Amino acid sequence: MKPLNRTIVGGLIFLAVGLPFLQLVIWSFSNRWFYPALLPQQWGWRAWQYIFDTAGAQIVGAIGQSLAVATATAVIALLIGLPAGRALGLYAFKGKDVISVILILPVIVPPLCVSMGLHHWFIRLGLAESFSGVVLVHLTFCLPYAVFVLWGVFSNYNPEFEDQARSLGASTTGIVLRVMLPMTLPGLVVAALFSFLLSWSQYLATLIIGGGKITTLPIILFALMTSGDRPVAAAVSLVFVAPAFLALLFSARYMGRQSMMGIW
Amino acid sequence: MITRDPATDSNARTRSGPGPCTLTLLLTPALGLVVVLFGGGLVLGFLQSLGHLPAAGMKAYTLQHFQNILTDPDFLKSLGLTLYISAVSTAVAGALSISAALFLIGFQGPRRLVDFIFEIPLAVPHLVIATAVVFLLAPSGMISRMLQTTGLIDGASRFPLLINDPWCIGIIVTYVWKEVPFITLMVMAVLKNTGAELLETARTLNANRWQCFRYVVLPTIFPSLGAACLIVFAYTFGAFEVPYLLGQTYPMTLPVWAYRNYSDIDLMARPEGIATGLVIAGVIIAAIVLSQALTRMARRRGAII
Repeated sequence: MKPLNRTIVGGLIFLAVGLPFLQLVIWSFSNRWFYPALLPQQWGWRAWQYIFDTAGAQIVGAIGQSLAVATATAVIALLIGLPAGRALGLYAFKGKDVISVILILPVIVPPLCVSMGLHHWFIRLGLAESFSGVVLVHLTFCLPYAVFVLWGVFSNYNPEFEDQARSLGASTTGIVLRVMLPMTLPGLVVAALFSFLLSWSQYLATLIIGGGKITTLPIILFALMTSGDRPVAAAVSLVFVAPAFLALLFSARYMGRQSMMGIW
Repeated sequence: MITRDPATDSNARTRSGPGPCTLTLLLTPALGLVVVLFGGGLVLGFLQSLGHLPAAGMKAYTLQHFQNILTDPDFLKSLGLTLYISAVSTAVAGALSISAALFLIGFQGPRRLVDFIFEIPLAVPHLVIATAVVFLLAPSGMISRMLQTTGLIDGASRFPLLINDPWCIGIIVTYVWKEVPFITLMVMAVLKNTGAELLETARTLNANRWQCFRYVVLPTIFPSLGAACLIVFAYTFGAFEVPYLLGQTYPMTLPVWAYRNYSDIDLMARPEGIATGLVIAGVIIAAIVLSQALTRMARRRGAII
């Protein structure tokens, strides 16, 4: 391809990816922006003031709720997924195909079906409209994701270092803490990030199981989008997208490329 | 990326297991939780779709609710609309991804920056992009403002309806923006490993551009392109948020229809909502099985894909 064409196509990609965010930023800083002006007639902080001050109790509360749900989901997915990922990545045994299918189904079948089925059961167990209920329903699809990532991590892990450490007298705890965890850390971080972002952006499962009591950020954003206050919807969208950007920057800095493949 | 071929686990080939007890201990927490929550959710959902909801005084086991939805003309409309959105989004995203992958593979420039830009849409929630697409395509959106400023249209009402429209343009744009980088990266992963050498060989054998594409690039990328497109199809077929926000009120997509019935104040509509949810799951699983079978059959007949 000619250099000029290359610049043009590259520029188009840049524009296509950047345009949505540029619009969100401009809208979030506009106090008055009537049709058909191309830029706001009056710039200002109204939307940001609204979400952190006027409606602060509600929106900052939702940010906290979202952070709590996604962090709990990611930590549990990592803790439970780690042994499974290790077993699947390191050892040959029968039934791996079946396990693969069991794990792929929750990733592909939409959360809608499962959440509706679980809801009735969760009501009877007292898990509906509760924090733990929402975390459990998020785990249904976050955990298989984490296991797939960790499976990949451990299939590239050389367990002979553990044998060497053991022959030098290290205890099992010592091996886990000083050999396995440091060697697999980047992969573990990616698995946790996947689960966190997947849980963070979940709307319908939270709505069905949380029943409006567990108001995470997407639930607030959904209400705002239908209310039509564009600057506020834009500002909340930017808050909502922030962890994704932080995760991307982190993975670009520490993990090398293509580590974010699993989240689409 | 998603399914792992056990044969590629380098350690797994050489190492024997640590004994069934340890393996069970390692695997049970994760598999148990997934089976209980996912399997349990589907089974309980199925029971409820048969009309078995003891807490609401419904104790029947009947296929009536499935029959109700399958004979409802609105259901067929919803199914058609959902298939249309998924098929068009997947086809457009797939075609753009092939061009993008071919462009990126030969790209010499600020490589890391371009890759980083391409990874952004992967991590961004669908809701955020739906918001931005409304700001862009709505009658008072950015494009309409630009056309008005340049004098190409006369007022917001003259701008074509692209959000909540019958052709679902807004929904499709959202999905394409979100899924192109995903498919592209899946395709690039294989193209990068095997594509370059094969292409060079093809060129030394005097293959023209079309032949290079048809007999080298396409067969190389087909498995991962197919897998990625299947995932995109499955996702767009079962997704709720984007069609709810950017779709028309009638006809609705199947997931929106399912949730509307499920959350109806009338408890009798609930089994139909869940039945619709199970039909969605059924279509997705059928699509996966069918595409696997078709690929295998085509291969057996000697098709180069």
